[in-house]
Amino acid sequence: MTRITWRLLSAIPTLFGVILVTFLITRVLPGDPAVFFASNPSMSAEDVERVRVSLGLDKSLLEQFWIYLGALWQGDLGKSIATGQPVTTEMMNRLPASVELTLFAFVLAIVIAIPLGIMAALRPGSWIDQTCRIVATLGVSMPTFVTGLLLIYIFYYLLGVAPEPTGRLDPFLFKPPHVTGMIIPDALFAGDLSTVWAALRQILLPGITMALFALAPLARMTRAAMLGTLSAEFVRTARANGLSRRKIVMSYAFRNAMLPVVTTLGMTFSYMLGANVLVEKVFAWPGIGGFALDSLISLDYAPLQAFMLIMAGIFLVVNLMTDLLAGLVDPRAGLN
Amino acid sequence: MSVPLLSVRDLTVDFATRDGTVHVLDGVNFELAAGETLGIVGESGSGKSVTAFAIMGILDHAARVLSGDIRFEGRDVRAMYPRERDLWRGKEASIIFQNPRTALNPIRSVGRQIADVVSRHTPGSSSEIRESVLGAMRQVRIPDPERRMSSYPFELSGGLCQRIGIAAALACHPRLLIADEPTTGLDVTTQAVIMDMIRDIARQGNLGTVLITHDLALASEYCDRILVMHAGHVVETAPVKDLFANPRHPYTYGLLNSVPSMVDSVHDLRAIPGSLPDLRRADLPPCRFAERCPRRIPACDAPGLTLKEAGPSHAVACRNPL
Repeated sequence: MTRITWRLLSAIPTLFGVILVTFLITRVLPGDPAVFFASNPSMSAEDVERVRVSLGLDKSLLEQFWIYLGALWQGDLGKSIATGQPVTTEMMNRLPASVELTLFAFVLAIVIAIPLGIMAALRPGSWIDQTCRIVATLGVSMPTFVTGLLLIYIFYYLLGVAPEPTGRLDPFLFKPPHVTGMIIPDALFAGDLSTVWAALRQILLPGITMALFALAPLARMTRAAMLGTLSAEFVRTARANGLSRRKIVMSYAFRNAMLPVVTTLGMTFSYMLGANVLVEKVFAWPGIGGFALDSLISLDYAPLQAFMLIMAGIFLVVNLMTDLLAGLVDPRAGLN
Repeated sequence: MSVPLLSVRDLTVDFATRDGTVHVLDGVNFELAAGETLGIVGESGSGKSVTAFAIMGILDHAARVLSGDIRFEGRDVRAMYPRERDLWRGKEASIIFQNPRTALNPIRSVGRQIADVVSRHTPGSSSEIRESVLGAMRQVRIPDPERRMSSYPFELSGGLCQRIGIAAALACHPRLLIADEPTTGLDVTTQAVIMDMIRDIARQGNLGTVLITHDLALASEYCDRILVMHAGHVVETAPVKDLFANPRHPYTYGLLNSVPSMVDSVHDLRAIPGSLPDLRRADLPPCRFAERCPRRIPACDAPGLTLKEAGPSHAVACRNPL
């Protein structure tokens, strides 16, 4: 318990660093948001100046940062210039969509990559090992937006089996009552199976796109770790003692191979959050990634900073969970 | 004549490696009676461990057993179905390894590792299995077994880890125990304690024991009979006293004179010249020691070298023995 507390406390300096860096990065972006925002030919220089003052951009960088910190402390992420909404509201509306997509893709990747990696390690050089290699190579070499467009082209345009790649749910269907904000769990909760089905159809292509991206490192790490533990001396001991093949593979080889796999899981999840930005754009998915990209283009500072802050926060939580999970798997990790 | 506990006939093993085929074992023959302790000695790379792994059927994928008739109480071990052989391992024949710490699963409690073996071979209720595990741990004299059960290998000393390994190997009361350098990596006092314990358990249970070691002094103390291996060949086999008093093979002679405790003074210590031949060679001579041998004669290069009787239960594979 004290370990968790310590980990949480040690995240504070990291968070402060993230706040500082995101603040500075957005300020060094080329372009003047006041001009951009006041991009109306009839606006005079005084009008632009007035916008600048109202946005607080006339103050010194240090002052701006101080104001930003103070607002953050009160849980205020600022206002989006583009939508006029408080960023907190925007994020709360969009975060569930991103989380749903990422989790769906993450689970899909795990369910495919780990068995694939295990089987590839059990039969090196076999067709399943080759499949694993091809999938892994494709996964790392294809940018997500290319995979996404390709899938849309094949399954929507050519075959016509996938629904229109626009958003989370057919616009003619009603969203289920809000519980988590994620449509599939909410619809399941409401017992509305037709909505579950419709939402699943929508999430399938973007989910596969992201899963393919996550598949590669997971399958390769699982395979490599399994090859290592399968040739370990304790696996030989288990064989020498006549244990069943299933016991040797699962309780001896795989349990030990899970240590590096858990670390990779954490890293992959973090990378997926980044990959989200492009996938959401391609599939018009109303998540925070697409919103962040829009904000970046329109020099909308507040949502951009909030996006990076949320990502950093998720990173920290994922790292903490990876650590805890590793501690559960490996009794030696609990020592220090 | 009664059926021996273990008989190995003409065991030949190759390893396929990237640099070519390694001829690791060539025509290994020996027998072991119940209650007997046989020492297999030889330098590193002589094929001692490969012989043990081939008997147990736990060679890795690169190995190919080209020939060999391995019989356990008359049953052909290599003809067993994989599942049958799995159930034979650990129940009727067991092996303990060197490096006790890495030979155990690092993230599974030692009690569960022993329980895995027990529940595989003698299924029972969880309390019965627990009792068997505790019994196995008491047999190897682990103090406070109830508490140690839930320990992990990293929490135990090397000596205790080896006891756990032995407890797991002996938990189902096998009739054959192969000990592959069981005390390498342990300090000298622990070595003696572990070896005494193995001997006591073997005597009580009338186990046939194969002790693999490069330590001649250890072999002379604990074995009834010794088999000397060199580069995948058995070069000499004899009862311990006979072998030490009257070595016939030049390699055995060289080995005895290279061990400090076997010679009268340090000045009598002699290293064996040369090293093991490269076992990847296609032109390996009939006698793989010939190229290092001070007693080489032209006849040594003729094919068809076999172990020949050289006294009561003493055999040697040499054309020009001492």
